[in-house]
Amino acid sequence: MKTYETVIGLEVHVELATKTKIFCGCSTAFGGAPNTHTCPVCTGMPGSLPVLNKQVVEYALKAGVAANCKIHRYCKFDRKNYFYPDNPQNYQISQLYLPICYEGSVEIETSAGKRKVRIHEMHMEEDAGKLIHDEWEDCSLVDYNRSGVPLIEIVSEPDMRSAEEVIAYLEKLRFMMQYLGISDCKLQEGSMRADVNLSVREAGTKELGTRTEMKNLNSFKAIARAIEGERERQIELLEEGKPVIQETRRWDDNKEYSYAMRSKEDAKDYRYFPDPDIPPVHISDEWIRRIREEQPQLREEKMDWYQKKLGLSSYDAGILTESRHLAELFEEVSALYGDPKKTANWFMGEVLRLVKDKGMEPEEVRFTPSHMAELLRMVDKKEVSPQNARKVFEEIFQKDINPVLYIEENGLKIIEDVKILTDTLQKVLEENPGPLEELLSGKEKVFGFFVGQMMRELKGKASPEAVRKALAEEIAKRKSETVPMD
Amino acid sequence: MAKEINEETMENVCILAKLSLEGAEREKAREEMQKMLDYVEKLKELDTDGVEPLSHIFEEENVFREDVVVNGDEREAILYNAPKAKEGQFQVPRTIG
Repeated sequence: MKTYETVIGLEVHVELATKTKIFCGCSTAFGGAPNTHTCPVCTGMPGSLPVLNKQVVEYALKAGVAANCKIHRYCKFDRKNYFYPDNPQNYQISQLYLPICYEGSVEIETSAGKRKVRIHEMHMEEDAGKLIHDEWEDCSLVDYNRSGVPLIEIVSEPDMRSAEEVIAYLEKLRFMMQYLGISDCKLQEGSMRADVNLSVREAGTKELGTRTEMKNLNSFKAIARAIEGERERQIELLEEGKPVIQETRRWDDNKEYSYAMRSKEDAKDYRYFPDPDIPPVHISDEWIRRIREEQPQLREEKMDWYQKKLGLSSYDAGILTESRHLAELFEEVSALYGDPKKTANWFMGEVLRLVKDKGMEPEEVRFTPSHMAELLRMVDKKEVSPQNARKVFEEIFQKDINPVLYIEENGLKIIEDVKILTDTLQKVLEENPGPLEELLSGKEKVFGFFVGQMMRELKGKASPEAVRKALAEEIAKRKSETVPMD
Repeated sequence: MAKEINEETMENVCILAKLSLEGAEREKAREEMQKMLDYVEKLKELDTDGVEPLSHIFEEENVFREDVVVNGDEREAILYNAPKAKEGQFQVPRTIG
């Protein structure tokens, strides 16, 4: 059998995190009641005048600069004409002739190593409304809240060869957008959407095969399955000597198969022409220079820094930087406390455990960094036991309490008083004559039992080391006292 | 000579523009489109070498809005323009599903 190579290019739509739509002052908030975020502009009323949101240009430039793109200093908007009820103007305002960013690249890393994916272009455009089917009256209902929400479409060159590379590329873009603060890129909520252009060719040949475009991919898993499924479908056709037809296909993730969309859905004659309502955008050198200067540290730089300067493992650095917000919180605590490794351990353990337990997004974590740093210092000074410190931390995580006051008020400070320790020890030994005998006769197993009993009596306010030491000393003493009587 | 607007072109234009033209109406539209193409043919006689294509008549650039929400809930007024509405949404002929 022949071997085939898969060639994949992506069109990725990213919803920008502006407060308002691209051409009107309507809110972009997700989840509003239908049509409550609409106006004459975003419902395409005749005579309404769209005016460009400056923040959209700013965000598009940030994305372009981060992806090493060239910038069209003079860029324009064009009308893409098509009739569909999700598009009230009967045209979408987009960019065809002079997209804002072009010819860039990003580096991805997979098990096969590092590789560059070239960006063909990035352009600004408006999102469409949402259609739902009404079963009762056999009609469709339209909500225009999403109509006019700003998007950038990122078009790659056909530089990817596997599902793994595609996922790595999407992850790369997602982290980039999140770190730039220009989109949350949630596939499930549709703020990041990918169309996959795929063709196959015999390994070793230069010429590209006929490609298909797949839509309706709303998770990384669906994308990976769709790529596998479409690759197999095309190879089967070629093996049977049949041609691959250039068409748009809709992926059905339940049936794990793609279906050709009806030709009407796929009318490719968009009759683009310059939009006369939106004057051209002139991007100055000064503007680009400022964007470059203000670019925040991106994920790769942070990971590098965590490993080289803070001494963290690459695994910890990877996990801690999965959310920019959490990474910044970590940095603040670490700077205040002074020990990045210990701070990282607490983040990897306690913070992430609580995020998971409470079903939260990392972005929702809110507490004062100095509270956590103070608590870690108290653990070091043995003012609070590690067990109780975890409980105190949960209070910081949930209610942002001040650990010093909280420990004081709840009597969690470690008992250093030797008298209390020895009194409690005597009491516990007296109350458990059976286990005590076992311990004295050399059954070391029950040692842990007594430590546990002590900790319970002292409500965890003693350090386990102190308890172990006191217990060991007492037992040794009693053993030596009993020896002569043998 | 300008490209001839034949029946095939008519059909394609009608599909793209969602028009159903019949009989004399269709013939009239075809004639008018032909005239437009002939006119463009005339314009082509001009020497436009080295002339930048004009997309905007005015010289304005960078007309921006600040990213501030200024519109409230105008649903009632917006839906007032809908031929049919249901549950706060525009009701249209079935398109999907």
